[in-house]
Amino acid sequence: MNPFILSLAFLVIALGVSWPLSRWLFRVVEAPLENNRIDRLLKMLLGKSVLTGGSWKRYFLHLLGFNAILFAATWIILSNQQHLPLNPDAQGPVATSLVFNTTVSFVTNTNLQHYSGEATYSYLSQLTLMFLQFTSAATGIAAFFALSRGLAGRKDMGSFSRDLARITLLFLIPLAALFAGIYIIAAIPMTLEGAATVTTLEGVSRTIARGPVAAFLAIKQLGTNGGGFFGPNSTHPFEGAGIVSNFISLLAIPIIPMACVWVYGSIVGRPRHAFVIASVMAAFLVLKIGIAVTGESAPTAAFAQLPIAESPNLEGKELRFGATTGPLWSVLTTCTSNGSVGAMHGSFNPLSLLAPFSGMWLNATFGGVGVGFINFFLFMIIAIFIAGLMVGRTPEYLGKKIEAREMALAAAAFLLHPLLILGGTALFAATSLGSETIANPGPRGFSEILYEFSSAAANNGSGLEGLGDATTPWNIATGIVMLLGRYLPIIIPLAIAGSLAMKPKVAESSGTLSTDTPTFGFVTFAVILFLGALTFLPVALLGPVLEHLMIKR
Amino acid sequence: MTIIRLFLLCIVAIGFVYLPAMLGFAKITAPETSRGSIIKGSDGKPVGSRLVAQGFIRPEYFHPRPSAVDYNAKGAAGSNLSPTNPKLTERAAEITETYSATAENPIPADLVTASGSGLDPDISLAGAIYQIPRVAAARNLPPEKIRAVIDHIKRPLMGKLGGPELLNVLELNLALDRNFR
Repeated sequence: MNPFILSLAFLVIALGVSWPLSRWLFRVVEAPLENNRIDRLLKMLLGKSVLTGGSWKRYFLHLLGFNAILFAATWIILSNQQHLPLNPDAQGPVATSLVFNTTVSFVTNTNLQHYSGEATYSYLSQLTLMFLQFTSAATGIAAFFALSRGLAGRKDMGSFSRDLARITLLFLIPLAALFAGIYIIAAIPMTLEGAATVTTLEGVSRTIARGPVAAFLAIKQLGTNGGGFFGPNSTHPFEGAGIVSNFISLLAIPIIPMACVWVYGSIVGRPRHAFVIASVMAAFLVLKIGIAVTGESAPTAAFAQLPIAESPNLEGKELRFGATTGPLWSVLTTCTSNGSVGAMHGSFNPLSLLAPFSGMWLNATFGGVGVGFINFFLFMIIAIFIAGLMVGRTPEYLGKKIEAREMALAAAAFLLHPLLILGGTALFAATSLGSETIANPGPRGFSEILYEFSSAAANNGSGLEGLGDATTPWNIATGIVMLLGRYLPIIIPLAIAGSLAMKPKVAESSGTLSTDTPTFGFVTFAVILFLGALTFLPVALLGPVLEHLMIKR
Repeated sequence: MTIIRLFLLCIVAIGFVYLPAMLGFAKITAPETSRGSIIKGSDGKPVGSRLVAQGFIRPEYFHPRPSAVDYNAKGAAGSNLSPTNPKLTERAAEITETYSATAENPIPADLVTASGSGLDPDISLAGAIYQIPRVAAARNLPPEKIRAVIDHIKRPLMGKLGGPELLNVLELNLALDRNFR
């Protein structure tokens, strides 16, 4: 079947699954604060204040405090793994800068990995990272709920602890258990036994790493985490064993970010608005799928003069995934800030790379769990402001006036992302910090550096993995970029929502830009496209496009 | 204080409920595959994992796809070579020479490309057929007999839904040894 049509069919299935999922998520988290059993239990376990809501500042402080505890606990475990239990393969101590990078990476829901799991971390360390895959995803979803409540005009943004507990216990864990169960039936390993030793038919002794993979894999895919149990991520046969596990992995990537859009519609009471948002996001997805799937169905240029049968680009791809899964995966994983891979992006044809790149640069077309929608909200504010300028009216969103304060905040948040990516890339591409670590010559080497910073800033986690990124400068630089790229894009939109919630509601008139219409969708689409292109076109030309032109020459 | 208790609650729920539940479920429903799909040889000793490629080099065996990490299942990785990297062309040229591929009889692409993990357990049907002359010569057998084993082992990618046909190299080689020794 035509790979593009196959991919579109998949997109429809994922959107279909996301709707019932959104009802589940909405009911669990937005349950009214009446005298119900779960809240009584939470009150008993966590203390009285768990049910007390408050301002956006209080919400963010609790979010930050909780993340600080996660950071400290993980640091202690990772840096002492050689003394701790659950280490059957006797993994040794880990360099401090790598501990810093890994800890930041998993606390911020990025899962950038400057290590190979099976060769570096003990089972206890890996399970600690799995723990973070739950809590960091729940943190993002909680922030999204707070934002949505503010935009719905509620001054009380809710209680972070109640939200996080409900999201983790009643949504993420049951959902992950369901997926992990399917993985186990589909032959994914799930054991605490150490590596297996075998003697091959040719008499060679081989060690085969394994572990509690299925439980890890489920939340890795669902929570837009993406950090693999093994070095090569989902291309490893123990993370992508066959057609069933691959389909489930692919499906798990976008469904929660998609569900967040529907949940938003329910919270602000405007399902049609949510539908317009989802359509804009899906339009970007279709564009990118077209680029990646077409690009990878062409043979690699490296074989042009050799007696090799014509085929899609198979370098870095697994046969049991088929030729389409890898590129489709690359689009889903970058548009959602997941970062798992079903093929090695480092061996992609040049133009195919534009799909994952643009996914991370925009970082809002579905985006990471919860935070993707928050990023999209920033684009909407800017779009509404520009539309307001065009017709000469004070822009308003959901009945609240958007004024200088909100616009200044939105512009700052918008500029942060390219600043981190382009600034970091410039520093590392111009100095030996980056130029000595690249794996491929020419424009691809530049793309490797650009990709690493894009991935860190977007909290994505995938990479052009040839890059020798296990150095102290890379560990520290991307660690800082991940931290800034995580918390500033949460605090600033929350501040905007908090500010909007305090304003009086203005009545809608015939001059109001209706957010339920295709016009609004089109304006937002165009603003995202133009802002993204203006910001990133120069580096896209220096990397993938230049490489493509070199092949054509 | 609430957030510290929240942290402990999450540890209990994930570490002491979710994880043991999944380990238990695996033990009951999938005792073999949950431990890595280890295959035992005719003498009962483990010879490999059904899911993980191993580096066959003897002529009487079918060879898997190239691996950037020499089939190291404790440090898997892809080559990450880009289409413009001369190393990729050089590696492919070496393999085409080993197989004496010609423009009239080109080698299937899976036999010259390294997989993402370096552990791809499968080869394509064309990739298996391409290796028949070597295997048949090394085993002193008519090619048709080898072909019969291939046809027995091959499986479509999507099972009953069809798709391109693949062969698990370890299973194929085990079947060869079973049939012709």
